[in-house]
Amino acid sequence: MIELDGLTKRFGNKVAVDHLSCRVRPGMVTGFLGPNGAGKSTTMRMMLDLDNPTSGTVRIDGRHYRDLQEPLKHIGALLDAKSMHGGRSAYNNLLCLAQSNRIPASRVSHVLDTVGLSAVARKKSKGFSLGMGQRLGIAAALLGDPEILMFDEPVNGLDPEGIHWIRNLMKALASEGRTIFVSSHLMSEMALTADHLIVIGQGKLLADTSMADFIRENSRSFVRMRSPEQERLRDLLHAEGVVAVESGNGTLEIDGEAPERLGELAGRHGVVLHELSAQRASLEEAFMQMTAGSVEYHAHSDRDGAQPPPVGPHWGDQWNQQKSGGLAGDATKGV
Amino acid sequence: MTMPATPPPPPQAHQAPPQPQQHRGAPAGLYASPIPVRTPGLGDAIASEWTKIRSVRSTVWTLGVMIVLLVGIGLLTAFVVSISDAPLDDTPVLSLGFFGVLLGSICVITLGVLTIASEYSTGMIRTTLTACPSRARMLTAKAVVFFLLAFTITTVTTGVVGVLQTAMLDGATPDTGFWVRSTVGVGLYVATLGLLSLAVGALVRHSAGAITVMIAVVLLPLVLAIFMFSPTLARVQQALFEYSIPNQIGSMYNASVTTSGPTGWEPLWIILGVTAVAMAGAFASLDRRDV
Repeated sequence: MIELDGLTKRFGNKVAVDHLSCRVRPGMVTGFLGPNGAGKSTTMRMMLDLDNPTSGTVRIDGRHYRDLQEPLKHIGALLDAKSMHGGRSAYNNLLCLAQSNRIPASRVSHVLDTVGLSAVARKKSKGFSLGMGQRLGIAAALLGDPEILMFDEPVNGLDPEGIHWIRNLMKALASEGRTIFVSSHLMSEMALTADHLIVIGQGKLLADTSMADFIRENSRSFVRMRSPEQERLRDLLHAEGVVAVESGNGTLEIDGEAPERLGELAGRHGVVLHELSAQRASLEEAFMQMTAGSVEYHAHSDRDGAQPPPVGPHWGDQWNQQKSGGLAGDATKGV
Repeated sequence: MTMPATPPPPPQAHQAPPQPQQHRGAPAGLYASPIPVRTPGLGDAIASEWTKIRSVRSTVWTLGVMIVLLVGIGLLTAFVVSISDAPLDDTPVLSLGFFGVLLGSICVITLGVLTIASEYSTGMIRTTLTACPSRARMLTAKAVVFFLLAFTITTVTTGVVGVLQTAMLDGATPDTGFWVRSTVGVGLYVATLGLLSLAVGALVRHSAGAITVMIAVVLLPLVLAIFMFSPTLARVQQALFEYSIPNQIGSMYNASVTTSGPTGWEPLWIILGVTAVAMAGAFASLDRRDV
């Protein structure tokens, strides 16, 4: 259980975290979502008492971090892969942490085994790949067998197998009754792992909702139709009282109709169709709309982007390929 | 915007925060680790810091080079004196250890700085402070481990060098007091100088920067003094000479280049005072600044 109460952090004039109040509950994976520069890492650092809040408090199991007896037994954190001394072996890096919290040395071998680094336990950690470094950081987080686990962008730099592994690990840990708090800037990643969502933008709380509610409120399903006889198709749909929105590239998007009905309609009137597909708006899209006003670092593009903000190549690729057009007037949750 | 009601969490857990919730006897559903929580102490932090200092190469390198310098230069000077005709007269034999210690102290300075500054350069400090949130305990543990290590190595090495030098040369027989001062005393002085470097490392948080600062602290007073020709600055020049660190180490060996200034054990009290102030500053900085 982590409680944030009015947490604020200022760096000079810049407000990194702005009166953030929320709770991270046990027994589930809570996703902490926000664009780059939204204040996620700063918030996590304040939770661990690495940065001092300008105002507000963080409580871990009801206590301030500095008052925890043996913090590694309460909370384990993966901040970033480079939080170890590269000149020291993986085993010794973990051993010195274990000793400071009176964790038996046998746990070190145990967690190295859990993350699959036993074979390189005696190797210097500076030779580790990004993925191995990430696993070592996770081993450090698991060292004290803590009730709360915090991961900052854990899938960064992992290969698909590693990503799969960490997703399952987080779910397994949560099912044991632990509190899992994981940050990400990828909505698609969160949709697969998180049960609860906390979304921030420019340090402000934008949403604190269950994943199921977020999906229900923010995913729009529609049917996409493409035809060489587009004018005819439009007239036909209009005559039937179906509202079709042109979305560029010669495709039409229709809300609230079953694809079966639309297909039969076109078939009855002999309209040739090149495409008839059921689509689902991505959560990524919804997330981006929610945080559009608060994205810290915009990429500037020349095209007159009416709606969705410029998209980085890795941001929900699959959805963007599926739906090349924009989502005019998409009914997403207000910011 | 605020929390929607979610069924599973036990309600008791998130109200009444001040109650220190012992999650070993936690309500059902919460995870409870089989590893018991005990009250940790400075001893645990010291064990941790000992693992850290013995498991990096820089410790072996700096201390190894220091031993080589102390023994090598000590024996070399003794050898040169033994083949030359210049009589030692009343110069105590043990004073010949001074040159090696002067150079060797640079190694201790480097190790002192690296003990804490390398944590900042590698990012380890975040992990360290997550595991041990008490800055005072972390700094004390580092200081104790480093000080004992540097003191032991310096004292043993200067002792060995002293025995070898007295065996090689016939000079005035040193009394016990001088023996203690030129081994244990010098060991304490050099280790305290290293501790000062550790404090500077904690303040500067940058290895190269902190080492540069410390080398300046050692050398700058002498260099400045050399360039103070003006008679009006004569007193300042004198003080810089007398209280420069090389001259203070020399005084502990009765090999001071000045006739006045600190003598005997006085240099040790001076550096202890300076280091105490620097350590207090380092603690205040660690306690207030973001990591």
